[in-house]
Amino acid sequence: MRIPCPYCGERDVSEFAYLGDAGYVRPDPDTADAPRRYVEAVYLRDNPAGPHEELWFHSQGCRQWLQVRRDTRTHEILGLRVAGPTADPEAG
Amino acid sequence: MSEAAQPKRISRGGMIDRARALSFRFDDRDYTGYAGDTLASALLANGIRRVGRSFKYHRSRGVLTAGPEEPNALVELRTGDRREPNTRATVTELFAGLEARSQNRWPSLALDLGAVSSCFSPLFVAGFYYKTFMWPKSFWEKLYEPAIRRAAGLGRASGQPDPDGYEKSFGFCDVLVIGAGPAGLAAALAAARRGARVVLCEEDFLLGGRLNAERCSIDGSDAVDWVRRVEAELASFADVRILRRTSVFGLYDGTAGSHSASGTRTFGAVERVSDHLQQPPQFQPRQRLWKIVARRAVLAAGAVERTIAFGGNDRPGIMLASAVRSYVNRFAVLPGRRVAVFTSTDDGWKAAFDLSEAGASVEALIDARGEPPASLIEQLRATGARLYAGSRVVEGHGSAGLSGVTIMDSQARRTRLRVDALAVSGGWNPNLALATHTGSKPRWSERIHAFVPDVLPGGLAVAGAARGALTLREALSEGAEAGAAAAEQLGFSGAAGEQWRADEEASEVAPLWFVGESRGKAFVDFQHDVTHEDVALAAREGFRSVEHLKRYTTLGMATDQGRTSALNAHAIMSALTGRSIAELGTPGARPPCTPVAIGAFAGPHRGRHFRPTRRTAGHGWAQEQGATFIEAGDWLRAQWFAQPGESDWQATVDREVKAVRTRVGLCDVSTLGKVDIQGRDAAKFLDRVYSNVFSTLPVGKVRYGLMLREDGFVLDDGTSAHLSPDHYVMSTTTANAQRVLQHLEHARQLLWPDLDVRLASVTEQWAQYAIAGPESRRLLEQALGDALSVSNQAFPYLACAEFRWQGVPARLFRISFSGELAYELAVPAQYGDAAVRAIAAAGASLGVVPYGLESLNVMRIEKGHLTGNELNGTTTAADLGMGRLMSTRKDFIGRVLAQRPGLTDPRRPALVGVRPIDPYSPVRSGAHFLSMGEPPTLENDQGYVTSAAFSPMLNSWIALGLLSRGRERLGERIRIHDPVRSGTDVEVEVVAPVFFDPAGERLVT
Repeated sequence: MRIPCPYCGERDVSEFAYLGDAGYVRPDPDTADAPRRYVEAVYLRDNPAGPHEELWFHSQGCRQWLQVRRDTRTHEILGLRVAGPTADPEAG
Repeated sequence: MSEAAQPKRISRGGMIDRARALSFRFDDRDYTGYAGDTLASALLANGIRRVGRSFKYHRSRGVLTAGPEEPNALVELRTGDRREPNTRATVTELFAGLEARSQNRWPSLALDLGAVSSCFSPLFVAGFYYKTFMWPKSFWEKLYEPAIRRAAGLGRASGQPDPDGYEKSFGFCDVLVIGAGPAGLAAALAAARRGARVVLCEEDFLLGGRLNAERCSIDGSDAVDWVRRVEAELASFADVRILRRTSVFGLYDGTAGSHSASGTRTFGAVERVSDHLQQPPQFQPRQRLWKIVARRAVLAAGAVERTIAFGGNDRPGIMLASAVRSYVNRFAVLPGRRVAVFTSTDDGWKAAFDLSEAGASVEALIDARGEPPASLIEQLRATGARLYAGSRVVEGHGSAGLSGVTIMDSQARRTRLRVDALAVSGGWNPNLALATHTGSKPRWSERIHAFVPDVLPGGLAVAGAARGALTLREALSEGAEAGAAAAEQLGFSGAAGEQWRADEEASEVAPLWFVGESRGKAFVDFQHDVTHEDVALAAREGFRSVEHLKRYTTLGMATDQGRTSALNAHAIMSALTGRSIAELGTPGARPPCTPVAIGAFAGPHRGRHFRPTRRTAGHGWAQEQGATFIEAGDWLRAQWFAQPGESDWQATVDREVKAVRTRVGLCDVSTLGKVDIQGRDAAKFLDRVYSNVFSTLPVGKVRYGLMLREDGFVLDDGTSAHLSPDHYVMSTTTANAQRVLQHLEHARQLLWPDLDVRLASVTEQWAQYAIAGPESRRLLEQALGDALSVSNQAFPYLACAEFRWQGVPARLFRISFSGELAYELAVPAQYGDAAVRAIAAAGASLGVVPYGLESLNVMRIEKGHLTGNELNGTTTAADLGMGRLMSTRKDFIGRVLAQRPGLTDPRRPALVGVRPIDPYSPVRSGAHFLSMGEPPTLENDQGYVTSAAFSPMLNSWIALGLLSRGRERLGERIRIHDPVRSGTDVEVEVVAPVFFDPAGERLVT
């Protein structure tokens, strides 16, 4: 499996560390139902067979977190952008 | 060497070098072959037909094929620590001094006592493991399994470390061509002529594939000349790489979509760099594992001929017809003098023609088809062979080697013929495994009666016999088209002109899987001894899907993967269950599609090279001080510094600890993780990643911090120093340095990208030394001179400073892991060696001692400081007595979930100290806590010891541990249960987790 890092070019998967579901959004800690929302955010993740938005860290490269759309059945990389809410529009 | 020594060698022809005779040994006897031989061809040239015994029934077996699909001719190659079991003689290149032994026989190949098991063959039917040996149950492990393993084992591994090296390599190309037969060569040339970067992989040591084994022509001249011409032209391109002796064994994931050219895939391949030599040359590996990244690939791996299942179809001397032609034409070996051919295909006839041409007496051509093509019948006349059309071989005779066959003709008359070799041709199975590695299923072809590739993985094309196109003409045109198309899809264009002429050839195949009138065992898996009866039994017992059939009978599960015969078994199952072979399907294929040594996957990463060895800047100095090193995280750290006369390490550590606690010690702490943090929002960032507050920390001060995961458990601890406005340096534990940086970058990039803060790992950039003990301030005064004032007023506990020391940037932190008055001095790593020597020199008059990781550990346990043993991913701040570090004035990672009921339950194990009532009773980490008088059951478990040491200051064993409701139980006596290592329980008293200087007075003096 190879991941096309927007900064470093296409690199072997061994350069990257995997985190998982990119859908994680840190909930507002100050709402009344924060505990429930944190449990859901931390533990209740989708694990689809098919396209999945997920986070990869280019630990042996630029140390950028990447949001990768990967088909979990074929490891096909369907899309990729710099992770984070204010991602570089040019890299998206 | 005279020809007489090789009785089956044909006197002329072949692609062997008769000027280079090579001597070799097989089963302790000396033989001679030629350069260009395989071990199999050399054995056959020497008249050796029987090369091994079968797995279950210990039947004599001979060479069946001339390629990697060989099920029978498996030998132990080489001797001593290079001995390699289950090596296929058919692909083992002969070299001078080669030594090989047959397998699975005792005491010798000719007299094998295990062959008796043939007499008990009803015991060994399909599923016999599950049936015969089930009772009494206790006998399985003690008696049956060891006995079966001894009787059934194939070759023996050397049992010694492999003395040879293995490499890994990446390859990149536009077009990867797999196989260098006519289709592959045509594809490679077409792609290369258009300017593509090409990698061509061929398993064999010669390019050409079947062209080396057949008598055929291209453009009117010998096809072998065409191969040489193409090879020379390919070699003339700078961007074409030909990898001989290289098997592509797997097709792996690709990248696709908008970010790269669709179709790029990664392939696994193994190059047998030195397998054809007695030993690898100096600095050369035995094998090299390739990861080849190809934008396009052409699979031109050809096809494998399959056998026909008839009684005794495993007799030595019975060979696939294509293999017979390989031995005759390529290796100039005549497999028999009186031979017959049994075929249901047109090209099986070629074996009769070639055998006759080479001087064998072709006794009979037995074609299962009633009306074979007239052109072939015409051609057969010249050989003098008798044609048996519409006939079958029902039995092969001769237990040590083929002595004859019984034929049943179209009128059901039986005739026995005396022959010493039989060529069998049941059709061709395309080598399509790579096309199915991403999960697509092959399709059944009614034209060639075999599975052919169907939906292909993106970027892969298939050409020639691998696609089911069995003639040379098709191979050449399909190969050229596939190679050109691959290049053109990538934007290459240019010269065409790949038009080669090949003769017409008959290539009809009629299905003949099993001869129903067979007498004796008809094998459908030679290597695992699966017969047609086993398939019938599986059908009767309901194991009817191909996947069940495979697992119940072990069909196709041996090293050859059943490539020559598994389809015959599927056809038998199909007939028995009334479903077509297409409906039945074929088992899924996964990489690797050919055996690959584990050593090749491991590559150079073994022993000390499993990971890089990381040494600190002060390593040389520590070595000079007599350090014993230990791997800690990724690093080598000094464990202790033994002095002459010390009886054991405990004596050394006791001395080191006492020296630090009474005078002064010096310890290399460079391996702790260091993260440089800068930016206007650095303090705000630290507030969010640490549970305690950092925004109140003034410049010039250090604070201990606790870092949680979002789930509320502790991730790591360490200190952060406020060096200058908007500039901090954080320390992490040695083992967690990478993880913490990843965690921090996640927080910075994803959670709070709006913060102005930047991070960099500087672990390797700074060397850092702890100077600890009552005399540490005096040592520093002597070492630093005027560079920095270190008086208690100017530089109090938890102070930090950046300064220049003898022209070098330096940092000093007044922090302490040992609990003593202590400092950590950091300099850029390139000055680390000089710095540690300068510190040691300055401390010489004070009696400074170097101390290692073990002493550091004893002292931190004496102080109740934490390491990875306590920060083990299951502990909360409160568990560790750090609840006060959970700020209530701000948000931080882990705050919300740390409040969960389960994590605030007062019954949770909490950090305590324990001291044995008998101070000399050793306590070991991992031992469990039990209340006095309660039996050692899981329900009664009270927690466990996390860290233990003998404290020279207290003259007692001490330990830290996690004890249920620990903080309420100070003073209670409990016991420590360690059944595996000590056996006897140790009675201990629960105490506070700080054993030494509990008020911390030494830190601040």
